[in-house]
Amino acid sequence: MFKLIPRENVSPVLSLLGPLFSIGFTMLVGGILFYFLGVDPFAAIKMIFWDPLMSETFSTYSIPQIFIKGAPLILIALGLSVGFKANVWNIGAEGQYIMGAIFGASFALSLYPLESIFIFPTMVLMGIFGGSLWSMIPALLKVKFNVNEILVSLMLVYVAEQLLALASLGFLRNPDGAGFPGSRNLSQYSSASNSELIMGTGIHLGVLLSLLMVVFFYVLLFRHSLGFKIKLLGNSPKASGFSGDNPNKLIFLCLTLSGSLAGLAGIMEVAGPAGQINIDFNVGYGFTAIIVAFLGRLNPIGIFFAGIVMALTYVGGELTQFMLNLPAAAIQVFQGMLLFFLLSFDLFVHYKIKLKGKK
Amino acid sequence: MNNKIENTLFQCRAINKEFGNVKANDDISINIGNSQIHALLGENGAGKSTLVKIIYGLLQPDSGSMTFLNKEYSPKSPKDARALGVGMVFQHFSLFEPLTAFENILLGLDKEIGEKELHKSVIKLSESYGLEVNLSSYIGDLSAGERQRVEIIRALIQKPKLLIMDEPTSVLTPFECESLFKTLKKLASEGTSILYISHKLKEIADLCDTASVLRKGAIVGEYDPKKMTPRELGEIMVGQSLFEPKRPVAANKSNKVLSVKINEVKPDTQFGVTLKNIDLAVYQSEILGIGGVAGNGQEELMQILTGEKKDRNVSIKYMDNDIEMLNPRVRREIGLAFAPEERLGHAAVGNLNLLENSLITDPKKRFQKKMGFIDFSELNEYTNEIIEKFNVKTTGVSALASSLSGGNLQKFVVGREIGQKPSLFIVNQPTWGVDALSAANIRQAIVAIANNGAAIILISQDLDEILEISNKVAFLTNGNLSIPTNAMDIKTDEIGAIMGGIGD
Repeated sequence: MFKLIPRENVSPVLSLLGPLFSIGFTMLVGGILFYFLGVDPFAAIKMIFWDPLMSETFSTYSIPQIFIKGAPLILIALGLSVGFKANVWNIGAEGQYIMGAIFGASFALSLYPLESIFIFPTMVLMGIFGGSLWSMIPALLKVKFNVNEILVSLMLVYVAEQLLALASLGFLRNPDGAGFPGSRNLSQYSSASNSELIMGTGIHLGVLLSLLMVVFFYVLLFRHSLGFKIKLLGNSPKASGFSGDNPNKLIFLCLTLSGSLAGLAGIMEVAGPAGQINIDFNVGYGFTAIIVAFLGRLNPIGIFFAGIVMALTYVGGELTQFMLNLPAAAIQVFQGMLLFFLLSFDLFVHYKIKLKGKK
Repeated sequence: MNNKIENTLFQCRAINKEFGNVKANDDISINIGNSQIHALLGENGAGKSTLVKIIYGLLQPDSGSMTFLNKEYSPKSPKDARALGVGMVFQHFSLFEPLTAFENILLGLDKEIGEKELHKSVIKLSESYGLEVNLSSYIGDLSAGERQRVEIIRALIQKPKLLIMDEPTSVLTPFECESLFKTLKKLASEGTSILYISHKLKEIADLCDTASVLRKGAIVGEYDPKKMTPRELGEIMVGQSLFEPKRPVAANKSNKVLSVKINEVKPDTQFGVTLKNIDLAVYQSEILGIGGVAGNGQEELMQILTGEKKDRNVSIKYMDNDIEMLNPRVRREIGLAFAPEERLGHAAVGNLNLLENSLITDPKKRFQKKMGFIDFSELNEYTNEIIEKFNVKTTGVSALASSLSGGNLQKFVVGREIGQKPSLFIVNQPTWGVDALSAANIRQAIVAIANNGAAIILISQDLDEILEISNKVAFLTNGNLSIPTNAMDIKTDEIGAIMGGIGD
């Protein structure tokens, strides 16, 4: 039968081809899926990957939208990638994203209608704090009792969702909202609004921060000794201990760092594009960011491009929804396929396949 | 002529075996006579194991032929080989630990023999060849020497005409070695030929009648080990002249560098060894050798010395400072350096390149600029320096550590630590699995820094290595350390007695 033999040297070309091939295969198999849903596969694929960028009718709206949708993905994925490098698996960024939004929004709304230039920065810090606090729970349990961080962080997503519902229906509900769920709109509260940086595009501070963070994480991972310590821990906890590092401190740091970034993404979103805390505030950025992190090979530059590609599937997916009546779930399947194919192609990147001789 | 053919038990002709592009066996021909102890000598990777696996039927040759007892011999499996009269004792035992010695022997049989009958013949075997084993004890409770005796009985019960022994002494105390040699000599005198694989030159001179030397897959020649010095044999094996490192000239008794006192330290896992009654000191320009068979506390002692394990019941004084609670990084900052036994995954990381591996130990923060940024030019320079000085064979600083051979990686690790100019260097198994030439270089480098004033603790299971370059020696037995004695005064039988565990 077949035998897998590890490659001695993984060529950089091959490791770059992996993501590209997986995008190609996702288009192919996704197209087949669309065909069976009764949609012209070529039109659908074109609408997802091509029209948002190139079509004259859509691109003026779509291109800024790609960056707006890409920003939380990139921010969260950058944080996650640092942990993944250290073999620390935060799967609960979605929950940390929600908690960042709740903490930040609660702070700002508690001061409403006071106006001050200090409100916005403090609100952002509160958002970061909320996200990191939520990730500290799995971090502490992992470090103190060796509890699996995957399970704890994932389960805390559902706790966060319940808290989100509580906030939208309860303590943050807009008193002037005629009883509808949802908080006051932060974008109409000028001291707390994460407003547009470029008029008419919707590009906000979070987009700018996501680009700055790409540079920051690139430097951290490849130029700074802390990045090396994280990489060393991920490759060999024993060598990390030999080097003199405290693995528990690094694990704690990785988890809180990823929580902080998810929290930052959350507060940027709630004060900007989303505008308010509501039951349907979270749309799965925290989970999709896991795909982005891997699609980008845990490399900040790669994550930037992966975030853009993934945002494209969101924006293009919306287009197919109202232009071709494709169900929203089809786009989620499409995104899931991307990770599936990526992991499959990774096998070929890291292993050679040899046919065993018959006996 | 005729006489010679009659005297031949086993013969192989022009055996070839390739793995990928590597010729593991290149046109190998050897003759083993009746009642002969025939050594197969060569460095790691010379092709000994491949040849032996072919003889035992574990591998099939690409070309070539073998004869055994004057008949064509081409075993397809070890079972074939055993049926025809070839037995083998492996370096790594294949025994079931939760079963008794007798049950293990019973399980190893190819043919059914009644239990009572087997018991009788086992007892007869063990009595006549001095293979003492308590048949009803569980393998898990036996020492390495006893386990090996079970393996030998298991092989002998099938009455082989040719017994292959793969590096049998690597796990034995000197005392156990001696009794093994007696057994093997008796077996040979009664008509069983032995193919004895080793790279330990002294024991080959003691034991073997003939030695076939392999180098890079090919036979270099056949020699009479009794007529040659171990050094001559070693030079044939390596293919160039070897220098022998000399122990450091004189210890500076007035400058104590490190003293360690341990009353008792329990292991972290149930399989670990409890360290007890350890009291050692090492002075400037002195090498303290710590010998002992594997698994007697070397790993645990190393962890205490590096600071990977901290314990309040330990007292470690380094130049009058208490350092037992300091972590490895801080210990390095004040002048210690360490090279643990496990090269990949502990001292170095296979998935990281050599530059990054240099960064693992950076006591003087010389690869760091302000704010913790990495200074790549300095790191590049240092890594290249190690590669050059220690003759590390690699494609360059960006090669992954896993792409280096064991010997080259060890040279890199030792080079990395020595390059930090430590005042105290603690090293565990510096030449394990390293070719003879690299081993000599590594020892030389260790002696050189000792001569320049560093204190050395050399933990090694290679007794020859310890006796060769240490000033003082002590031995670990069941986590106890013997009192360090002068290396030049100690006698082999004393060592045997200490390692045999008088404390028990």
